[in-house]
Amino acid sequence: MSTEERPLVEVKHLKEYFPINTGWFKTTPLKAVDDVSFIINRGETLGLVGESGCGKTTVGRTILHLYQPTDGEVIYDGKPIKTKEDLTEFRKKSTMVFQDPYSSLNPRMTVSDIIAEPLDVHKMYTDPKAREQRILELMDHVGLNSEHASRYAHEFSGGQRQRIGIARALAINPEFIVCDEPVSALDVSIQAQVINMFDELQDQLGLTYLFIAHDLLVVRHISDRIAVMYLGKMVELADAEEAYNHPLHPYSKSLISAVPIPDPKIARSSKRIALQGDIPSPLNAPSGCPFRTRCPYATDVCAESMPPFEEVEKGHFVACHRVREING
Amino acid sequence: MENKILTGHVDLSQFHVDPIDFAPASEEDKAYMVQMRPSSTFFKDGCKRLYKNKVAFVSLIVIILITLSSIVLPLVWPYDYAKQLGNQPGRPVDSSFNNLRPMEYAASERKRIEAGESVFPHIFGTDSAGRDYFIRVVYGTRISLAVGFFASIIVLVIGMTLGSIAGFSGGKVDMFIMRIVDIIYSLPDMLMVILLASVMRETLGPAIDGTVLAKIGSNIISLFVIFALLYWCSMARLIRGQILSLREQEYVLASQATGAGPGWIIKKHLIPNCISVIIISTALQIPSAIFTESFLSFLGLGVNAPMPSLGSLASDALNGVTSYGYRLVIPAIVISLIVLSLNLFGDGLRDAFDPKLNQ
Ligand SMILES: Nc1ncnc2c1ncn2[C@@H]1O[C@H](COP(=O)(O)OP(=O)(O)O)[C@@H](O)[C@H]1O
Ligand code: SF4
Ligand SMILES: [Mg+2]
Repeated sequence: MSTEERPLVEVKHLKEYFPINTGWFKTTPLKAVDDVSFIINRGETLGLVGESGCGKTTVGRTILHLYQPTDGEVIYDGKPIKTKEDLTEFRKKSTMVFQDPYSSLNPRMTVSDIIAEPLDVHKMYTDPKAREQRILELMDHVGLNSEHASRYAHEFSGGQRQRIGIARALAINPEFIVCDEPVSALDVSIQAQVINMFDELQDQLGLTYLFIAHDLLVVRHISDRIAVMYLGKMVELADAEEAYNHPLHPYSKSLISAVPIPDPKIARSSKRIALQGDIPSPLNAPSGCPFRTRCPYATDVCAESMPPFEEVEKGHFVACHRVREING
Repeated sequence: MENKILTGHVDLSQFHVDPIDFAPASEEDKAYMVQMRPSSTFFKDGCKRLYKNKVAFVSLIVIILITLSSIVLPLVWPYDYAKQLGNQPGRPVDSSFNNLRPMEYAASERKRIEAGESVFPHIFGTDSAGRDYFIRVVYGTRISLAVGFFASIIVLVIGMTLGSIAGFSGGKVDMFIMRIVDIIYSLPDMLMVILLASVMRETLGPAIDGTVLAKIGSNIISLFVIFALLYWCSMARLIRGQILSLREQEYVLASQATGAGPGWIIKKHLIPNCISVIIISTALQIPSAIFTESFLSFLGLGVNAPMPSLGSLASDALNGVTSYGYRLVIPAIVISLIVLSLNLFGDGLRDAFDPKLNQ
């Protein structure tokens, strides 16, 4: 396979179970991510959406091996990440932008030290002048004023702090960035600016994103494809427009119908689907299809086995036993 | 750059906001965004807050004054803490030196004054063995402060080591260390202190006889051992908690994501973020150690005679408390002053530097 066709990131049957103490000497695995597979192509943005607590963050962190995967494989640029050396190599090409612009910046470090941390960890610049030059260049990239370099993070607004976090992520010239809800904590007016900045940076630097959000609108614009997660499992994966306009899984349908439409003149074809009940705890997930406790289409077969994640239409994957009947 | 970002390609009508919000910032807006609080480091900020806190500031001055005088005064004072003034070599014991009241002179001293000599006054009088009481109080303060300080350092070192091991390794090691902490916590501490002190008094004395340690005195050493054994628990708990919560911070994850090893993370992230908490609780540990020392000395388990400590001075004073009540009151006041000002200063430090309070 040529580099062009080969996916940059390939995730195969990824599992991340957290041991939870449920008794004196008893631990129960919390299946935060349970058998998830997908690929991300070079230069692409894969949007990952789902309710809070469904395992999006865990997917991102496990791909980056911030959590040791319980099972499964991450293949980066054709090479599985197995040994320590693979991981060291991988760390030089991948990075993460965090959700919380407050806890993601060390309050005891200046902006320039925060941005330069990856450079310092990898000892990339021995000449302090060159290092400073690189810091200023990065600050300029994300629209930060160079006068701010010697300040502390607590002096900045949420949006500016997020820019600092992005500048830090860009320091090592990464290829692949996991963006974990990078705009959820920001004001709506600033969200658009920051999303546009991600888009710009992708064009300029040829980046590949895994872009996590709980808001479909946010990912729709920046993503090439969208994946939907529910309770640690991936339930749907399709091209962004396809996923937004023709969702096939009942859960995705309800997510999308919940998105308010700005213009009332654009009538929505499907009615709003309200979900009953709450998301179950991942500690005792329902048998079979994880969504069956809230699915309006659930039948006996849904309780028996987990529906396979199948390609229903070209490039459109869905995990639902009754996908054809529902959309028939 | 600013403008390029603002005029990106997201269709703004999709967001439920006024497009005005996305218009390029005017010069005025930019100036507003740029002009923020003057840059100041965390440390400077804290010092400023500490200085503004009058109570803490006065306490600090009191502590410094007491500490300095306890160090300097014994060097320049004409009397020695252990010298029995009535006991001159080659002469019969002059008991008129014993139990002098404040500013009183012994018979021989009065004669010298009448002869025109100047005699340094006994500000607090003398004790029952004819030793100048003022210098004994000063010296006792020195001993008490030193015990408090070193005991806190011991507690800090042990607590920090075990606490960070527990916080870092987690799992079985953490569980083991924390169970020990729980056990020590559940023991009645004063009873343990008294038991340990009396056992060690018997065993340690002969063991260190003739070594350098004997000079310090077996009782002080056993005091330190007691602190090392019993009082590291709360420090260990505190530091473990700090490390556990700091490890969850996303900046630590960010550091790991770039490939930083544990050494880097400890040095750059963990230590700078818990150092103020450590300093503050060490500062608060000192008065508690002084208090325990005084308490043990009062029970006769403290420093070895003739070395005075504030507690042993108070204890000795009990014998003549009806006629010489001031000998009990003076060391008691000094203990209270030290403990109170250290506590107030520690509280001030916490208010000024604890990041959780000023975020
Ligand atoms: N370090 C952890 N230890 C134990 N449980 C965790 C940990 N991280 C996440 N979880 C659990 O895993 C599930 C998924 O969490 P997360 O990936 O943060 O979801 P999301 O990002 O989609 O909101 C949640 O139930 C959460 O409580
Ligand atoms: S498998 Fe059954 S329960 Fe699950 S989404 Fe499909 S219809 Fe609903
Ligand atoms: Mg999350």
